[in-house]
Amino acid sequence: MRNHLVLRVIAKLLIPFILVFALYVQFHGDYGPGGGFQAGVIFAVAFILYALIYGLENARRVMPPTWLRAGTALGVLIYAGTGIATMFLGGKFLDYSRLAHDASHGQHYGIIAVEFGVGLTVASVMVTIFFVFAGRQRLTDEDPDEENGA
Amino acid sequence: MEGILNIILLGGMAVTAIAIAKMRNLFVVTMLSGIYSLLSAGIFVLLDAVDVAFTEAAVGAGITTVLFLSTLILVGREAKPRQFRMQAILPFLLVLAVGAGLIFASLDPNMPRFGDPNSPANQRLAPEFLADSVPQVGNEAPTRVGIPNIVTTTLASYRGYDTLGEVVVIFTAGIAVLILLGAARRRREDEELEGPETGAKPEPPKEDSRMADASKEAPGS
Repeated sequence: MRNHLVLRVIAKLLIPFILVFALYVQFHGDYGPGGGFQAGVIFAVAFILYALIYGLENARRVMPPTWLRAGTALGVLIYAGTGIATMFLGGKFLDYSRLAHDASHGQHYGIIAVEFGVGLTVASVMVTIFFVFAGRQRLTDEDPDEENGA
Repeated sequence: MEGILNIILLGGMAVTAIAIAKMRNLFVVTMLSGIYSLLSAGIFVLLDAVDVAFTEAAVGAGITTVLFLSTLILVGREAKPRQFRMQAILPFLLVLAVGAGLIFASLDPNMPRFGDPNSPANQRLAPEFLADSVPQVGNEAPTRVGIPNIVTTTLASYRGYDTLGEVVVIFTAGIAVLILLGAARRRREDEELEGPETGAKPEPPKEDSRMADASKEAPGS
């Protein structure tokens, strides 16, 4: 799809808005519909769209698989780490009320932190799965990159 | 109005489901399952479950379709035609019986109506969750959580352990896909770095023979 001018231009226009919308869904989840799961998927969709239009190699350059693997683990760590932090502050596991001077603020901080962890893991896993599936086709047929490297 | 919309959406879902069962072209099936997800997202909106609708539209209609399509490139587009078998009657009858039983149960006059605030399910925890999450009218005392979206409160705070489990499930899925499908690629990248002196290479034969030529083992050629 690299030669479709309309698709390339539209994708370039849309991707920033998709990313901003994902961030909105992520951080506005306390007040409106949304949250980490949805935001992660929308964020991943921006990269998948990029990979579909501009090719997998370019997408891998924008979002290296190493970062994705790190993001996958980091999201779970942020979530569980929030729980551990509340334990150190004298509460139970994931007892966000301990995170601030009063319970309501603590709950806000805790929920934002764990939702961020959720979004990070979901987005990384979705992009990883797409990259792996789409890259698999390249293993079986002609591989221009391989010939350059060898 | 809502009734008409419900009928349109549910009817559309039924038609889509039958079409999915009938079709042999997997590309069409993938597109139809995306439509099915979108219609069910519409149902969730009508049920005032916007968060669920959002997830269904993003995950079910969006990313699942893309992943199905990228799988289709690998496995081909046509499903094998299936013959009608007599054994298939039994599961079909079972499905009919269970469905009829569920409809019969919903006709019970003791069954609470949809969204009934006095139903047993809404009696115990839900009022407490709501009171903690949303500031009450006429009561200026700070609530314990104070986040207007009760779904977020429930997911991230009251059901925090469950959500942590869900994130670990997604994490595990990503790791599993990487182990099963991503390993071949990474091994090849390692070989490019280290040079081709490693011994056994369980890889596609085309690259394998090319690489093996370089390492003067040459099993194939």
